[in-house]
Amino acid sequence: MKEIVIISGKGGTGKTSIIAAFASLAKDKVLCDADVDAADLHLIMDPEIKERHDFESGYTAVINQDKCTECGLCRDLCRWSAISEDFVVDSIECEGCGVCYYFCPEKAIDFPLNTCGEWFLSDTRFGPMAHARLGIAEENSGKLVSLIRQEGKKLAEEKNLNLLLTDGPPGIGCPVIASLGGAAAVLIVAEPTVSGRHDMERVAELAAFFKIPAIICVNKFDLNPDQGEAIEGFAREKNVGVIGRVPFDPAFTKAMVQGKTIVEFDSRSEGCTAVKSIWKELVQRLEI
Amino acid sequence: MIISIASGKGGTGKTTVATNIAVSLGSDVQILDCDVEEPNSHLFIQPTIEEVKTITTPVPEVDMEKCNLCGKCGEICQFKAIVVIGETVLPFHELCHSCGGCMEVCPEKAITETGRELGVIERGHKNGLEFVHGKLRVGEAMSPPLIRKVREYTRPDTLTIIDAPPGTSCPVIASMKDADFVLLVTEPTPFGLHDLKLAVGAVSILGIPCGLVINRSDMGDDQVKEYAQKEEVPVLMEIPFDREIAEAYSKGEMIVDVMPEWKQKFQGLYQRIEEIAG
Repeated sequence: MKEIVIISGKGGTGKTSIIAAFASLAKDKVLCDADVDAADLHLIMDPEIKERHDFESGYTAVINQDKCTECGLCRDLCRWSAISEDFVVDSIECEGCGVCYYFCPEKAIDFPLNTCGEWFLSDTRFGPMAHARLGIAEENSGKLVSLIRQEGKKLAEEKNLNLLLTDGPPGIGCPVIASLGGAAAVLIVAEPTVSGRHDMERVAELAAFFKIPAIICVNKFDLNPDQGEAIEGFAREKNVGVIGRVPFDPAFTKAMVQGKTIVEFDSRSEGCTAVKSIWKELVQRLEI
Repeated sequence: MIISIASGKGGTGKTTVATNIAVSLGSDVQILDCDVEEPNSHLFIQPTIEEVKTITTPVPEVDMEKCNLCGKCGEICQFKAIVVIGETVLPFHELCHSCGGCMEVCPEKAITETGRELGVIERGHKNGLEFVHGKLRVGEAMSPPLIRKVREYTRPDTLTIIDAPPGTSCPVIASMKDADFVLLVTEPTPFGLHDLKLAVGAVSILGIPCGLVINRSDMGDDQVKEYAQKEEVPVLMEIPFDREIAEAYSKGEMIVDVMPEWKQKFQGLYQRIEEIAG
């Protein structure tokens, strides 16, 4: 079983639209939305949820006012300034380190497990899908990313499917790092802008840091061919495979508005033709 | 006043709005780029950098001469960042959240702290505008501690514009907390709307007033506007899709430089924010 993870560094370069198109084109796969912080793939896949689970991770301190003697030790020890002068824990600031809970001489602090999201196993018109939703303002997105990829792999094994297509998060921090380990390759969707180029360089460096083979495609290439070519040049220099160009095509947005992949919306559009040829190339290169 | 520019969905135009407002308002303004994973504001502002500072976070170091292998450090650590294995103690610096619990609990005072590099903070100016951004070290997982360090550069008595990262989890909260106003930038598509709802949820948890900029306002559908009306989130600006704007952006040019008539619009946007945030 092989997993391809789609990442971008910069947000909004077209990861989800492109993976949705791949969902239309690939056979025998499981889909996984690992952008748990702002998951969007389900808006196109329209999943029918078969299983729903709570995601429990991390702890938050809660001070029991009846037992608290206001000695102040917890406030001295807390490095997040999460405990107010009247000894109430700000759950947003609380890091869940448990130091106050451990040292409180009155045992006045509880340390309950957090429920910080939900994850789902679903059926879609393109096959099974694993996806998740991190609660707003919650932490531990990296752990949820690892969990949902694990569940995606299990689904693929159970159903004897040999491909996992994972929509990754933007950035280069904890959720992205959690989306890389064990992937056969990452496909970086870049855009031909100075920001897109800057961010693509950092995320390519991250993939190299974790020794995951990277391949790039430049989306909306014709918006600035000079930047597009500079991105491809950088990629070649760093041994990142260059797999194709996607033109700026309003059909992507129109398809999204209708909840369709671009392949379903207009299979003869320029955007669709480009994505098809990228998919064909990807299948060959990765021996899917 | 602190205005945080956020979005939920990535790539909707946060940096465009943040940099153009900052430049349109001239002096006595600072911009803090808190999208430390992928900072982009500097590409548009092009500041002269005057100060570069490496930022570290404390992580434990164990003196095995003093350690009696009692294992209390491993017991208190919620992040599995320090464990006793056989005759030695292994700290895993990349997992450490810097709470100091292991150091505090050690009965032999065998633990001291050293630093793990989070990244760098660069500070500079462009004309009258003060510029600060954080750059997360590639391979570092935790951005919120670096974001908090960038925010320490906030000067009271000035206007602070924060360019926030995408999403709605801890890095975004760290970039919006204690702001006087959150300006949400979205696009009128199903993805934009879905992530906007999450962002509005995050802002309301923090209890901060917010308003909306709709970018590429003529591409997509009307659902964002309908949602904004229903939820009483004021739409403060609309930026239509314009190939000239998109191409300028792609080259690192600011809207106000290419189309000077936009300067007044961004000034007007700030005035409306001031009216709302008081």
